[in-house]
Amino acid sequence: MSDKPPAEPPSSEVTPETLYLRRREFLKNAGLFAGTAAAMAGGLYLLGRKQTRPMDAFVPDAGLVELPVAKAHGPYDTDEARTPYEDVTTYNNFYEFGFDKNDPARHAHTLRPRPWTVAIDGEVHKPQTVDIDQLTSWFPLEERVYRMRCVEAWSMVIPWLGFPLGELLKRVEPTSHAKYVTFTTLLDPERMPGQRRGTLDWPYVEGLRLDEAMHPLTLMAVGLYGRQLPNQNGAPLRLVVPWKYGFKGIKSIVRISLTREQPFTTWSLAAPDEYGFYANVNPAVSHPRWSQASERRIGELERRPTLPFNGYAEQVAHLYAGLDLRRNY
Amino acid sequence: MASRPYPWLNPALTVGGLAPLLMLAVQGPRGDLGPNAIEAALNQTGLFALVLLLASLACTPLRLVFKWTWPARVRRTLGLLAFTYALSHFLVYAVLDQGLALGAILEDIGKRPFITVGFTALVLLVPLAVTSTNRWVRRLGFPRWQRLHRMAYVAAVLGVVHFLWRVKADLTEPLIYAAVLALLFAIRAGEAIRKRRARAAVAARNAA
Repeated sequence: MSDKPPAEPPSSEVTPETLYLRRREFLKNAGLFAGTAAAMAGGLYLLGRKQTRPMDAFVPDAGLVELPVAKAHGPYDTDEARTPYEDVTTYNNFYEFGFDKNDPARHAHTLRPRPWTVAIDGEVHKPQTVDIDQLTSWFPLEERVYRMRCVEAWSMVIPWLGFPLGELLKRVEPTSHAKYVTFTTLLDPERMPGQRRGTLDWPYVEGLRLDEAMHPLTLMAVGLYGRQLPNQNGAPLRLVVPWKYGFKGIKSIVRISLTREQPFTTWSLAAPDEYGFYANVNPAVSHPRWSQASERRIGELERRPTLPFNGYAEQVAHLYAGLDLRRNY
Repeated sequence: MASRPYPWLNPALTVGGLAPLLMLAVQGPRGDLGPNAIEAALNQTGLFALVLLLASLACTPLRLVFKWTWPARVRRTLGLLAFTYALSHFLVYAVLDQGLALGAILEDIGKRPFITVGFTALVLLVPLAVTSTNRWVRRLGFPRWQRLHRMAYVAAVLGVVHFLWRVKADLTEPLIYAAVLALLFAIRAGEAIRKRRARAAVAARNAA
């Protein structure tokens, strides 16, 4: 080991003091720049993350039982491309679980759709309360590939699984006084946390005229894509009326009541000038805040024109003969 | 030699502020914005336009309340970022959402109040963005420039109304922004009243 100190570098290689200090300042400023830029981007990200956060942690069909399909490819099926299962099950309006489109997929695990009973009452000769699985076993399940048009001007194509509501109604024998069918969603803020907020008048209520309810297109759905309904799509039982805006398709039904009077439905109470009782898809009648003339099919970039009665005019237009559809929106 | 304080501040805010816009441009085409990417991009650009506009309006109140001077240095950057997002918001709507269907766009702007006020807010921001340079401050003279730029408050009010009228049922989020704007306005109004009283007191003393 040498006692000799290491040779000093030649003075030409020594960093001048001013430059040395500027380098330190540069490093400090670079650090502050990076920190501030990251804080700015991070702050904006936190504010906007609800809209863009990914759904990759979500497993859509965990535990959903495959259902036997007795009938498929019926006369009402559309042959348009089906909306992918992931989109159908992660882009939902179900305010009982939150207001953002992916909130229901995130939060609806609290619903617990079994055991579940459905009360069928009002103007019927055979009122009854029945377990959901028993009710489902009464009917051969049909697959129906329907267009679904939301009042917000987007649409999907969904292969539902269910049975015609008319078959259920015939079974309980409506009285001659029955003019309307009123549907009610579960009221349970423990299982539907969104009901703790008074955004809408809970529970959600929807209704149909009896002739609409008896129409063969009107479906009680218990599944989609061959399996039980995921919670966020309205498990275990929901209404599907393909010629009406999606909000008519009430989810997680606990009561079906036949009534003499037209029921007060949830959205038509919340905003009567925006949402009517009929809510038939109608490109000629704008929502007060946006046009209904066109729609975006989920998964497509370009808008497509919206069809009268969502393309089911041939089947259902006669139900509304003589009715002013501008006034009865 | 005294260098400009905080030389990193405005570049950092610009880079950090534009990063989410760049992210949207990358995520959208890749399908990372969910089933309705256009809706997500619309909501995100609109929200950021409003937030950044409110942030730019917060600079003077922050100075008044906390005696901070640095917010005044970032006001222009925040305002221009707000304008960038407002313009992006409109372009996503006009180009991607409406496919440049001019008839539908004009009908929206003319007939749907929530779009009318949103579009008005964007139009109001254009002269403010154009006159944001030092040259324009000199050309207009500071008092006139300042009066012109108070229009940012009008644009922010219209932006909040645009948000309020758009939501379907839950008003919580737009109401938070309305409350922030009301607070900022109250601080400015309080300061204006205090100044006027001070001036009146001086005038009274001079007259006596």
